[in-house]
Amino acid sequence: MATADELKFQANPDATTISIDEPVEIPKNQHSHRQEPGREEDDELLGTDDSDKTELLAGQKKSAPFWTFDYYQTFFDVDTYQVLDRIKGSVFPVPGKNFVRLYIRSNPDLYGPFWICATLVFTIAVSGNLSNFFIHLGKPTYRYVPEFRKVSIAATTIYAYAWLVPLALWGFLMWRNSKVMNIVSYSFLEIVCVYGYSLFIYIPTAILWIIPQKVVRWVLVVFSLCVSGSVLVMTFWPAVRDDNRRIAVATVATVLLLHALLAVGCLAYFFDAPELDIPAPIIPAHNGTTVITKSH
Amino acid sequence: MAAAEGSGAGGSLFPGLADVSISQDIPVEGEITVPVGSHSPDEDYSTLDEPVKDTIMRDLKAVGKKFVHVMYPRKSSALLRDWDLWGPLVLCVSLALMLQGGSADSKDDGGPQFAEVFVIIWFGAVVITLNSKLLGGTISFFQSLCVLGYCVMPLTVAMLVCRLVLLAGAGTVSFIIRLIVVGAMFAWSTLASTAFLADSQPPNRKALVVYPIFLFYFVISWMILTFTPQ
Repeated sequence: MATADELKFQANPDATTISIDEPVEIPKNQHSHRQEPGREEDDELLGTDDSDKTELLAGQKKSAPFWTFDYYQTFFDVDTYQVLDRIKGSVFPVPGKNFVRLYIRSNPDLYGPFWICATLVFTIAVSGNLSNFFIHLGKPTYRYVPEFRKVSIAATTIYAYAWLVPLALWGFLMWRNSKVMNIVSYSFLEIVCVYGYSLFIYIPTAILWIIPQKVVRWVLVVFSLCVSGSVLVMTFWPAVRDDNRRIAVATVATVLLLHALLAVGCLAYFFDAPELDIPAPIIPAHNGTTVITKSH
Repeated sequence: MAAAEGSGAGGSLFPGLADVSISQDIPVEGEITVPVGSHSPDEDYSTLDEPVKDTIMRDLKAVGKKFVHVMYPRKSSALLRDWDLWGPLVLCVSLALMLQGGSADSKDDGGPQFAEVFVIIWFGAVVITLNSKLLGGTISFFQSLCVLGYCVMPLTVAMLVCRLVLLAGAGTVSFIIRLIVVGAMFAWSTLASTAFLADSQPPNRKALVVYPIFLFYFVISWMILTFTPQ
């Protein structure tokens, strides 16, 4: 028969008391709150506060098998205001806010990427045609051609960029994830979504490229590259930040470089250079650079 | 006793029959005739025996009725109920044929070829239909194809007008005339197809469905406007 003292609860002096108010230290990825001061401002970027909900939500969707129509309907589960919000988020990137966590929130859609790419294809083709028409307008030897072949080329380029580059990037991030445990990982569709919406800024840029001034065109290139590049950088920097420093920087630099290549390539191929507008042929061209003159 | 209980229980379900009680001894007999056969006018033997002219005229009348519906778009369901793809095929082929003979120099930078116009129209219509169905629309696949195809008719008329205007000359005045005509027909096409298709969409996604239709007719209008003869 035990005495009353033995049955009484005795506090173990070795035990640590954990109060409920403190954040519990769990060695799992999504729930760790690191106390380093440099990480706190990145919590918004990571969206770790709602990562639980996003994980739960992700598990509830897409339960239909991939050969049924309902499976693909889950990728079009967006309303008009959601699409407009995502477009707004890609055109006005808020510094410090992650596009995926803020707007997509585990509901990636294929409507935006597909139709933004389609619009961009036709905008580039039509604007290029119009711009060439205005540049060559006064010349007697010029006959207008619709240049319809360029539509297929534009379509191939832009759809390949919008689907193959995310595929490559997703594969690369998955491979790095297997080596280095990252906090943030994106699904393939989320990456496609980010790339698709980040291409939206090129639509008004392509329309403004009709203006046959080289300075204006290059300013537009730089501006649109900054806007859409910042969306991409703010999305992908948290995903590679924990990796080797050089690999992280190289990844983000490659993303930006490919984006810049797309913009510059489209400008060079679809839009003829604004030509010299000189009355007399005695002005020499220095080292092949063209003289910028005011167009009529 | 049982009957009373039955009628009592039945009284709670069918209040009007509370007073009726049928003894179980009286046999119920009578005749029931169910009319066999459907009420549709075209039973098998009659459409096989009718003259070929009737068959063709019936389909032609249906196609013609749909053309009239596109010309004066009202919210009628005739276009949607009895879909057919004859009209879209005729319109697509005639539009593609009229877009031939454009400027085709050796650099092959000319206008769209027949196959390109065909593919753009049909592939574009299929993609728009899939888009509206994926967004939750209730219209069927072929009904949507039918509407989109028939609403190409104003643009085909615009192409005809453009070719006639280009016979007269290719200057600035003719370009302005062509621009106005194509612009008006583009607006007509878009409004006609939107009037038929927008009702079958969920209300908060209407703009998402209308925009691809706008883009589709814009591309066709651009092909028509930039047509330059040899």
